[in-house]
Amino acid sequence: MFGPETDPGSSFVTLLRRVGIEPFAVDAATDVSRVSAPHGTTVLALKFDQGVIMAGDRRATMGHRISNREMEKVVPADRYSGVAIAGTAGPAMDMIKVFQLQLEHFEKLDGRSISLEGKANQLSQLVRANLPAAMQGLGVSPIFAGYDLLRRTGRLWDFDMTGGRYEERDFVAIGSGGGPAGTVLKVGFRPEMSADDAVTLACRALHEAAEVDAATGGADALRGIYPVVATITADGWLRRTDADLAPRFEAFLDEQRAMRSGGAS
Amino acid sequence: MNMPFYVAPEQLMKDRADYARKGIARGRALVAVQYDDGIVLVAENTSNTLRKISEIYDRIGFAGVGKYNEFDQLRRFGVRNADVKGYQYSRDDVEARSLANEYAQILGQTFTHDTKPFEVEILVAEVGFDQDADQLFHIMYDGTLVDERGMSVLGGDAEAIADRLKDAWNRTADLRTAVRACVAALSGPDRSLGADDTEVAVLSRSNGRRCFRRLDDAEVSALLA
Repeated sequence: MFGPETDPGSSFVTLLRRVGIEPFAVDAATDVSRVSAPHGTTVLALKFDQGVIMAGDRRATMGHRISNREMEKVVPADRYSGVAIAGTAGPAMDMIKVFQLQLEHFEKLDGRSISLEGKANQLSQLVRANLPAAMQGLGVSPIFAGYDLLRRTGRLWDFDMTGGRYEERDFVAIGSGGGPAGTVLKVGFRPEMSADDAVTLACRALHEAAEVDAATGGADALRGIYPVVATITADGWLRRTDADLAPRFEAFLDEQRAMRSGGAS
Repeated sequence: MNMPFYVAPEQLMKDRADYARKGIARGRALVAVQYDDGIVLVAENTSNTLRKISEIYDRIGFAGVGKYNEFDQLRRFGVRNADVKGYQYSRDDVEARSLANEYAQILGQTFTHDTKPFEVEILVAEVGFDQDADQLFHIMYDGTLVDERGMSVLGGDAEAIADRLKDAWNRTADLRTAVRACVAALSGPDRSLGADDTEVAVLSRSNGRRCFRRLDDAEVSALLA
């Protein structure tokens, strides 16, 4: 047990350091610049009338090789928020693990959840703690989104590698396919969209990103692997099933087929 | 060098035990029982913010009676211990038995070596994947650790409460029956307790990864109605 002077409070990271565990092992002196590690790719978030939607493809790449087809880059942080990551997979997974634990740890110790803004702030501190690794190429940039129970609305943030935290008004897409995905969102976004429309828009953004970015995986009907798409509302985190997503991707292909056959005749 | 007066070890231990018991008896009691979907914990507690029952980990709950600041300090220790262990190993490696042992060590050590023993009794409950795997560890102020079957009563007047509870409850009971039996046993024949006077939480097998769930006053009222 800790005395009043050494008590780490409600912070899980401080607690880990107090018991001699360093959660971010790479410091500025370690040269990891030549480490080849898997990278995650396109993730996005957008608002809709009841909250926010988060989505991400499933591919991880290592150089030109696909190292994983089933990676989950969008995960719940707690009941009312989620985190999505682009960047080096290893440190990103560690960061998510520490972040999830931090939220749960605080909730258990203090008997209440951190506010949504407080959670975003916590994540920003974790991103900043990863800066030495980011300087050597092991960067992690997350999106954080959730339902703000105080303000009764969905909110979303993206971050830069130095821990800079930027709240976005409507949507955000990051990662190697973030450019095309962001354009699709920009063109298709309408305020107060229904959940169904917003899920389709998220799927379309990932579909178009996968068309032009080699590091982004599209829907893989052959193996039955679909992107992760989840809604976060006043009822909490809910992941959309593959059965819900599959017809949407099939419809995109039908559109393209129709366009081609139309052009040929 | 000044010599302290000789006090027989028996006397020393007895005095400490009396002191701790007195402190614990001043507070209100708490019961935990198995029910068909897990474990329900019911405390007599008029405060809506200072909790006696709380979550430690996915399948583990904590309850304490006696001096609030002391059992809350132990609760925080439990949460930290469990979270660090789950981080270093895996969530499956966090279990009530080892935590209960650590608590027993802390309480025992303090009882024998410190100036003042803890004036608390605590319970570490773990809900298993089936009823036979449920565990209730009752730890006394002096570090005595008891592995209890089915039900556990903490605090002053424990024997009378346990007697009342034995006849009114069995482990196949549903939540309503279990909560009613617990509240009736806590209140005794001469008074009745409502949702405002009780704190109720469950470790429920059907609650997903985190089994712990607090019941709010409206839910408790509905169960008692």
